Amino acid sequence: MLNLVFKTGAATNSLIRYIGQLTILWSQTVVLALTPSFKGRRSLIQANRIGPGSFIISALVAFFVGMIIALQMAYQMVQLSAEIYIPKIISVALTRELAPVLTALIVAGRIGAGIAAEIGSMTVTEQVDALKAFAVNPVKYLVVPRFLGLIVMLPVLTMLSDIIGIWGGYIICVYKLHISHEMFWKMVFSALAMKDIITGLVKTIFFGMIIAIVGCHQGLNVHGGAEGVGKATTAAVVRSFILIIMTDCLITFIFYFLLNV
Amino acid sequence: MIEILNLYKAFGTQMVLNNLNLAVRRGETKAVIGRSGVGKSVLLKNIVGLIKPDSGSIKINGVEVTNLNEKAYDKLRMEIGMVFQGGALFDSMNVGENVAFVLDEFMNLDKKTVRDRVADALALVGLKDVQHMMPSQLSGGMKKRVSLARVLCMEPQIILYDEPTSEVDPITAAAINHLIIELRDKLKVTSIVVTHDMNSAYQVADSIAMFYRGQVIADGTPQDIRNSTHPVVQQFIHGQADGPITEDESLIFGHIK
Repeated sequence: MLNLVFKTGAATNSLIRYIGQLTILWSQTVVLALTPSFKGRRSLIQANRIGPGSFIISALVAFFVGMIIALQMAYQMVQLSAEIYIPKIISVALTRELAPVLTALIVAGRIGAGIAAEIGSMTVTEQVDALKAFAVNPVKYLVVPRFLGLIVMLPVLTMLSDIIGIWGGYIICVYKLHISHEMFWKMVFSALAMKDIITGLVKTIFFGMIIAIVGCHQGLNVHGGAEGVGKATTAAVVRSFILIIMTDCLITFIFYFLLNV
Repeated sequence: MIEILNLYKAFGTQMVLNNLNLAVRRGETKAVIGRSGVGKSVLLKNIVGLIKPDSGSIKINGVEVTNLNEKAYDKLRMEIGMVFQGGALFDSMNVGENVAFVLDEFMNLDKKTVRDRVADALALVGLKDVQHMMPSQLSGGMKKRVSLARVLCMEPQIILYDEPTSEVDPITAAAINHLIIELRDKLKVTSIVVTHDMNSAYQVADSIAMFYRGQVIADGTPQDIRNSTHPVVQQFIHGQADGPITEDESLIFGHIK
């Protein structure tokens, strides 16, 4: 029993320390992002890696998820002769929830892992030490560009996923459920309000921060060579996934209960 | 110029630097020798501020650095170049970009000036036409030389070398030794050279300090070290497997029947 208490205490302690370390890294990143000198080229390079590279996969996922929602909804709605409402459900579910979360998870898997691996291998080969020895702040040089790249590109990718996901639903609704083209778009636009799109995009800014900070933190704290880099990469993806889902729940709660949106 | 007094550094329960004292005069090249794990590289990282000591004093040009904030330390770091053991070249950049790193980061120079300074620094270390190669395409010796060229671009007053001749062929090692001597003679650079290579230590050093169990147990000219009667120094400089350094270690002799 005492052992269990000690283990729980140790786990809680390490969780609090981890959250504290992430918070410190986040605050350093924000401060340094706003401190001259500004090297926009590095952020552009990162944005270019994140955006175009992730577009195809996030678009594919959104397209098929749009189709899947339409099919799953049809399974129940047809029985109620309410399939006309499916476009509304697709558009709201995608813009408020599914497109932001799924895009963030894809980017966390693809980019978060890459960030942890790249910075991790720089750490074990003393490149991060070399930056410090050259009076260059590694947070400014390595973390800030990735952070900015992600908080800019994730909303962009999400908007594209919103659109492509709705087109996925369109295929099923129009060609399988025989809802007319005009009716589909009428129902989509009658359901969608700007706040749906905005709340979805606001979430992605937080998700982008999580992916950048978790990936960079794992990379900067690698120990033990290639094995350490592997572990950091896995941890970056797993922890990003968990934090994204937890943050999504928290933000949705705030939007729904506190801001009524 | 570099003065280290009563320096302590432990990692967990392992005491690496244990009341270490060392002084390096302006323009002097000091070789630091000792077995792996005795804290030679840790000392260099303490000097450049990558690791904070647990206690003790490090003075560089008379300035106590152990309590400097990062901004003040960064200013000082511009005068200190460190050549890392594995080169620590930025592997996302080609050789030219690596060597130009400090110029690009801190100096607002036109492209031609940067190109010329990079070519000059590379020529100093005996390399040419390698600017477009990536670090992964370089041999170990070339990486070390590019790393040194990158440091030379900063025109530092102090250079810290972490095993500059390890993993390189004897000819490249001799060239690197020659370069360290030239930098001292022509540019009056103060250097600390961490090495296991006694040939290199004798060749480049004005003085040699031997580390053992986190302390300096001998410090003197190469001749003093050669003539030292200290059994630990004698075992190390002659590379003997048996002796006081290894008395509590179970080495492999006699295990093969």
